[in-house]
Amino acid sequence: SVFLLILSNVSSNYLLFSHDLVGSNCAAVLGLCGLLNSSTCSDLFLLSTRNDDLKEMLESNKDSLKLDAMKRIIALIAKGKNASELFPAVVKNVASKNIELKKLVYVYLVRYAEEQQDLALLSISTFQRALKDPNQLIRASALRVLSSIRVPIIVPIMMLAIKEAASDMSPYVRKTSAHAIQKLYSLDPDQKEHLIEVIDKLLKDKSTLVAGSVVMAFEEVCPDRIDLIHKNYRKLCNLLVDVEEWGQVVIITMLTRYARTQFTSPWKEDGLFDENSETAFYESDEKKTKNGDEKKSYMMDPDHRLLLRNTKPLLQSRNTAVVVSVAQLYWHLAPKHEVGVITKSLVRLLRSHREVQYVVLQNIATMSIQRKGMFEPYMKSFYVRSTDATHIKSLKLEILTSLANEANISTILREFQTYVKSQDKQFAAGTIQAIGRCATNISEVTDTCLQGLVLLLSNRDETVVAESVVVIKKLLQTQPTQHSDIIKHMAKLFDNIAVPMARASILWLMGEYCERVPQIAPDVLRKMAKSFTSEEDIVKLQTVNLAAKLYLTNSKQTKLLTQYILNLGKYDQNYDIRDRTRFIRQLIVPNEKSGALGKYARRILLAPKPAPVLESTYKDRDRYQLGTLSHTINTKASGYLELSDWPAVAPDQSVRNVEVIEPTGKSKLSKSSDDKFYSDSGEEKEKGSGSSSSDDSSSSSSSSSEESSSEAESDEEKSSSQSSEESDKSSSLSEKSSSESDSEQKKTTKKPPQKKTVKPTTKDSACPLVCGPGERLHGFVSKQVPVSLSLYSLCILTPCPLSCAAALLQVSGPAFVPEKRHDLLHRMTGKGLSAQYQFPRQPCLYQPTMVSVQISLTNTTDHPLEQIHIGDRGPTGLDMHCFNTVECLLPEASVTVSLGVDFNDSTQAANFQLCTKEDQFSVSIQPAVGELFLPATMTEQDFRKEQGKLLGMNESSATITMAAENTTRQPISRQVATVANLGVVPSGQDNIHRFAGKTASSGAVVLVTVELRESSAALITINTEKSVMGPMLLRDLKRALARA
Amino acid sequence: MINSLFLINPSGEIFLEKHWKSVVSRSVCDYFLEAKEKALEPEDVPPVIHTPHHYLISIYRDKLFFLSVIQTEVPPLFVIEFLHRVAEMIQDYFGECSETVVKDHMVMVYELLEEMLDNGFPLATESNVLKEMIRPPTILRSVVNTLTGTSNVGDTLLTGQLSTIPWRRAGVRYTNNEAYFDVVEEIDAILDQSGTTVFAEIQGVVEACVKLSGMPDLTLSFMNPRLLDDVSFHPCVRYKLWESERVLSFIPPDGNFTLMTYHVNAQNLVAIPVYVKQSISFFECGSDGRLDVTVGPKQTMGKTVEGVMVTVHLPKTILSINLTATQGSYTYDNGTKVTTLWDIGKLNPQKLPNLRGSLSLQAGAPKPEENPSLNIDLKIQQLAISGLKVNRLDMFGEKYKPFKGVKYITKAGKFQVRT
Repeated sequence: SVFLLILSNVSSNYLLFSHDLVGSNCAAVLGLCGLLNSSTCSDLFLLSTRNDDLKEMLESNKDSLKLDAMKRIIALIAKGKNASELFPAVVKNVASKNIELKKLVYVYLVRYAEEQQDLALLSISTFQRALKDPNQLIRASALRVLSSIRVPIIVPIMMLAIKEAASDMSPYVRKTSAHAIQKLYSLDPDQKEHLIEVIDKLLKDKSTLVAGSVVMAFEEVCPDRIDLIHKNYRKLCNLLVDVEEWGQVVIITMLTRYARTQFTSPWKEDGLFDENSETAFYESDEKKTKNGDEKKSYMMDPDHRLLLRNTKPLLQSRNTAVVVSVAQLYWHLAPKHEVGVITKSLVRLLRSHREVQYVVLQNIATMSIQRKGMFEPYMKSFYVRSTDATHIKSLKLEILTSLANEANISTILREFQTYVKSQDKQFAAGTIQAIGRCATNISEVTDTCLQGLVLLLSNRDETVVAESVVVIKKLLQTQPTQHSDIIKHMAKLFDNIAVPMARASILWLMGEYCERVPQIAPDVLRKMAKSFTSEEDIVKLQTVNLAAKLYLTNSKQTKLLTQYILNLGKYDQNYDIRDRTRFIRQLIVPNEKSGALGKYARRILLAPKPAPVLESTYKDRDRYQLGTLSHTINTKASGYLELSDWPAVAPDQSVRNVEVIEPTGKSKLSKSSDDKFYSDSGEEKEKGSGSSSSDDSSSSSSSSSEESSSEAESDEEKSSSQSSEESDKSSSLSEKSSSESDSEQKKTTKKPPQKKTVKPTTKDSACPLVCGPGERLHGFVSKQVPVSLSLYSLCILTPCPLSCAAALLQVSGPAFVPEKRHDLLHRMTGKGLSAQYQFPRQPCLYQPTMVSVQISLTNTTDHPLEQIHIGDRGPTGLDMHCFNTVECLLPEASVTVSLGVDFNDSTQAANFQLCTKEDQFSVSIQPAVGELFLPATMTEQDFRKEQGKLLGMNESSATITMAAENTTRQPISRQVATVANLGVVPSGQDNIHRFAGKTASSGAVVLVTVELRESSAALITINTEKSVMGPMLLRDLKRALARA
Repeated sequence: MINSLFLINPSGEIFLEKHWKSVVSRSVCDYFLEAKEKALEPEDVPPVIHTPHHYLISIYRDKLFFLSVIQTEVPPLFVIEFLHRVAEMIQDYFGECSETVVKDHMVMVYELLEEMLDNGFPLATESNVLKEMIRPPTILRSVVNTLTGTSNVGDTLLTGQLSTIPWRRAGVRYTNNEAYFDVVEEIDAILDQSGTTVFAEIQGVVEACVKLSGMPDLTLSFMNPRLLDDVSFHPCVRYKLWESERVLSFIPPDGNFTLMTYHVNAQNLVAIPVYVKQSISFFECGSDGRLDVTVGPKQTMGKTVEGVMVTVHLPKTILSINLTATQGSYTYDNGTKVTTLWDIGKLNPQKLPNLRGSLSLQAGAPKPEENPSLNIDLKIQQLAISGLKVNRLDMFGEKYKPFKGVKYITKAGKFQVRT
């Protein structure tokens, strides 16, 4: 113990440290000290004296001193200095009350826990306690630090914490647990099976916060367990737009891989859209007839389409990684004729930082080899600037070369001429190679290029000259017939060229084509014989070659020269040259020893040689998935996951179906198949959002089957039966939103008993109640009066001039605007013109009795459509206010026009003709009954008074069983507002909810009362003099309120 | 994902390191430093380097290298984008991104890095969320902190990260509610010797500075949205509404942010605001040359062209120059690159600025092959060269009346004249 004391004087810090480690075991301490030689001892001493004050500060009572000490320690860590010896002093503060201090201690702990495992254990209990904290952020940060402590002993504790956090209420904590999964896996891979369970659970999570992190964990832990994805596939697709950007990248990459295993190739069929058009077209045609139906019947799996559709908006992301990941998804998954959409976005990224440009250009380089057409219109974006970095320049050059074709080659060559003169000689050399590639690929310009390259031979810079010679050599090889004058020219320049590679190339050319230049070749050999000893090895080898070839063709003139050179080579310092010389001598000089080979010398040396193929270095890069690290470095990076080939036959697609709840109140509706189509989608929708706007769709379709003209129906049928593609597009955003609201309202949703499997196609008519985080707010915006005087606010404030009963009715703004869009004209039917309509629920500007309808027209053709207007109204004679003729709609452009229709308070469809300059299309607008109202505000007394006038025949009522979550004010108001454009009447009683409105056309009062009874029964009463509309509205409301 | 980050200054010194997984020895940077030695310019260092056990992905920005160490496959852009976010974050917090700034705020930068990644995967990269967790330093606050002993670390529990609108924090209050939008357009162009446009396009960006209380919901519309060919948005913009109605509808982040960037339809001809008459020649014999550059206004839509600067990258063999400028001043830098920077200022159409004089080459040096190219910089206030105009800005969701302003600026982007 005396020794211990002495030691403690020398290095108190070290002692304390070892004391903690081994307790009071003296022997161990002594043993440890014994191990230290003098030099480490003094190092330790120095360090500890320096850090002594820090330790003192940490042990003081003042938080501010501790804080200062911690800051200095963190600064040490940041600089990469070792601060591990302070561990005991720091770890004591882990339970500090001061948040800033605590945070810094955490930072320290995470950094050094791995090295100081035993001491780190002291802190664990603090975190375990914090894991139970009521505050979600404290729980999350405790889990974060706990899982970052890489100490194997606590694996079981971590496992437990992760499992618990995975079912935490807070999505933020669940996200943290997804991160912790990866950390635990890297610490102890044996936990894999348990972790997969947690991943499976978290994959089912509907929060956008969790999605990215759990997919990341999936990719690290079990990327092969594709079966875990099936059930979550559609959800992930739908959530994607709202996931944070980093998560998007990970999810998109994973889904790309997934899609390649689950769907069949979309590429077979559209051979006709392919680059190398005509021949492919006919060939594929022939094949098709041979293979019969199999090929023609390719229908894209709706899930495949869903993925493509939902990723497309992300091309507009500000995050370049997201854009490129979508681009690679389209490249690997989309039908060839759709890949074009990514071009613009990729070109846009070229404005970004240099490093981004580098990666994007690499990807474009790979793409442009396969599909020139994609980037050709943007050729000028790849022009090189003198300020570009070298690697950017060469990539641009690469792409320009790939893009070159007969049409643009002259432009490109003119551009190349500028580059050749560049001060960056490396780049100039690259350009010459590029010219060579263009010359071989496009035979029309071979001669021009050759002339140009020959001119470069007199360039002052020798790298340029050398490169030109090498390229000319390759070019001549491809077509040696008529270029002896170029060879002669090169022979003349030979004396001035110093670059060995260039000299060697010229010599090789002389030898190869010595018969075309019989006068010159021997002379060149003579010169070479003179300078042989001072040449570079590569030149010497070619000299020997030249000598041999000349000896065979023209031995009379060159025999002596050849022998002289062979003798020189025999005693050369380089063994390669000695070797070659010996070989050549045996081969060409006939003597008794030479074997059978001598006879074939001519055929060996002067065999026609295949021309080198000048091709891009990016040619085979497409074996790697685009956008990956492996693609960038052109080697397989560790952890790279291969993209599988399309399966010949798609695996069972029903695995992706999700069990969805169906409301009890349904059933009676579905009469025709058409009906079913829509009502299905309504339910699919309902499941999550509790939206009743979707009821519009089901009610509209049902009423159409009952009342509307056959024309309207057939139209609908057409559009729905056609490839779901187009209509899918229309609702792409709404779907995302529906699932978004899914997650939002998950907790309040209870599941009614009946279940039903929903096919994804039925999503066509799904409609948005709520949209993405932003959209959602927008939906309710109209409730509030806009600050600036917009047109809308003006109309809202204008009291409605007509209607007697409505004297006391003040028309108010709509409580809710459903964003549901209905197909008016499908693009197939409309020869490329597609139209959709929706009810904006705004009072009509043109005439108060009209219902305003917004129609968005989209031109999907490749030529402008002119003079789009409304033609013949048909026999029904509904009064309509047409929109102004749209003079010209450019390709890919959309325009939204508004229309006023006086439906005369009936759900009769408005039939009319939508005309373009050339065509006329019959279309019809089918309103849901709820859209024929205008919301009104009134007091409870007025409501009662009006209700009293509308009894007997004017009243229709029904008792229903309410869905459990619909028992409070807000959901009820929402449901009703979604079904019908009615205003809320303030109510004194909690169990009675009232809504009021008036019909648009005649201004008749419509009153709705929902009265809650015991055990979730409710009485719905509707009072209105419109005896047809009452029951119809009642039926819609019943459906909306009776289920989730 | 991202294993470690090293910050390296141009002379190759590592002055900050941060590890998110197990510690990676800083000797891994040697591979990078080797590549850096080889490269002529710092820009030429390849962004992705493959070493036996690691992959190094780096960016060069603000005279600093941000080097990240990767161990497994990850999209390189993911890392590059993140590194740029780090640089932007430092810029945002401390006003500039430089070695001194990082060294001065070492602890705070380290803490920020800790929050930005968890196990190498981005956790909080929105500056709004970060600022709630770790408050940026201000002079006032540092005074208050020393007096009261409070700290920069947010002690209130943040909500930004948890909400569905992560870019905006709740409870923002301003006495003056204002929203400013700058429409900045840059002309990228390559002109050839004769002044013909080889390539020109307009890229624009709408920068916003929004200081509004509460949760305002803004709608910005353009007079002529047709002009916009390709756009990218801040995540706050509702893409769907843009698709259908061509308006920008969004709940803005608090403070400065980039609302959108756009590319103007390529079919529209680009107006080039200035022309450059130049002749740079070297005499065949003797080591001499002449330079004569004149800049004049071309299509300026009646506005004054300001801040005109001409940068000439001269061949390395130039020994000295002797020039006179009729307007503005020129500086001459004979370092690794030989450049002449001529700062003209405002263009006066009546009296065109001219720079002329003689160049002398190193004795015995051959006549330079290529003539140097000129890079032009310019600025035009109150003009968006594409003709894009903001129509109106409406605010919903809040009752007060905000002060609104829109400013237009046209600048030269990568504007190069070949000679």
